[in-house]
Amino acid sequence: MLTLNEVNEKYFDVLKEIGNIGAGNATTAIANMLGLRIDMSVPEVAFLPVEELGSAIGAEDEIIVGIMLGVEADIDGSMMFLMDMQSAHHIVNKLMMRDDSYNEPFNEMDLSAIKEVGNIIAGSYLSALSGLTNLTIVPSVPFVAVDMAAAILSVPAVQFGIFGDNALMINTDFSDDLGIKGHFILMPEEDSYEKILSALGIPL
Amino acid sequence: MGQMIKVGMADLKICKAPDALTTIGLGSCIGIAIYDPSTKISGLAHIMLPDSTAIRNNSNIAKFADTGIQKLYDDMLKAGANKARLVAKIAGGAKMFEMPGASTGINVGERNAEASRAKLKALGVKLVAEDCGLNFGRTVELYSETGEYYIKAVGKPLKII
Repeated sequence: MLTLNEVNEKYFDVLKEIGNIGAGNATTAIANMLGLRIDMSVPEVAFLPVEELGSAIGAEDEIIVGIMLGVEADIDGSMMFLMDMQSAHHIVNKLMMRDDSYNEPFNEMDLSAIKEVGNIIAGSYLSALSGLTNLTIVPSVPFVAVDMAAAILSVPAVQFGIFGDNALMINTDFSDDLGIKGHFILMPEEDSYEKILSALGIPL
Repeated sequence: MGQMIKVGMADLKICKAPDALTTIGLGSCIGIAIYDPSTKISGLAHIMLPDSTAIRNNSNIAKFADTGIQKLYDDMLKAGANKARLVAKIAGGAKMFEMPGASTGINVGERNAEASRAKLKALGVKLVAEDCGLNFGRTVELYSETGEYYIKAVGKPLKII
């Protein structure tokens, strides 16, 4: 029997691995889609009190983009991919073949492009998780919100707050041509969290 | 105006005139403002979840509507607020993502608003105004001089309730 801290430490390593593989997958997918060469940094996993999640990626009132998907099949829950506005504008401008200085508010087309990118990135992380656990994980259609960081991050904060005091987040920088700073949050339901751990051979 | 005092997530604070209280970026959470116009004692709670009894992990009482509002009410009376004069205003409880087939966390905004109304009613604190629901984040400011509750949202005009 491991202590909660030991479990979290192991889960940490696993999340980092998911971050590595997932970001790698995402890099390839985005490169194919946008025809750009991308490097990514070694992802880092942040473990922080739920109450601090709102300010974890910048100022609480900074406007960011959040893409949220449900996950189902062997595990239930949801996941979120977050980008700052600069990253989101950058990637949309590339996709829409606009000048990179363009930063008008997103229109419907822009938002669906963002959803698509979120879909690809989320799918890349999920297939990494799926590969490591041998669990079938299917994402739902993505939903997007452009709003204050604290308001968007309240969604995972609440989800984690239901069964704990801490939240886990994977941070990755996609660099070079594509200056995307991304944050990935996986929010399994409590029994799915246990399922993931036991699929990874981490005893509870 | 006095100081602007910040209330974090799952946090609550009280102040006296001329100070003001603020909490930034309410999503599905609720900002519960309680105000006594006679003493100008004001309180603001930022709750995340509706019901402390439904959850094992409930040590932070400011996290829940039931226990958080109770604590805010108690703190205000202790500070000298007049029980009979207390009024409340609430904001937040948005649904940030239009996810269908919502799991527990997703409809939590609406449940937070309901639980807040119910707790205020149980305490006999009159709810005089609210700005809840829809799909956007809100930053709120409670001014103890006037009891005005400012609601700021991205791309929307300032709303005062």
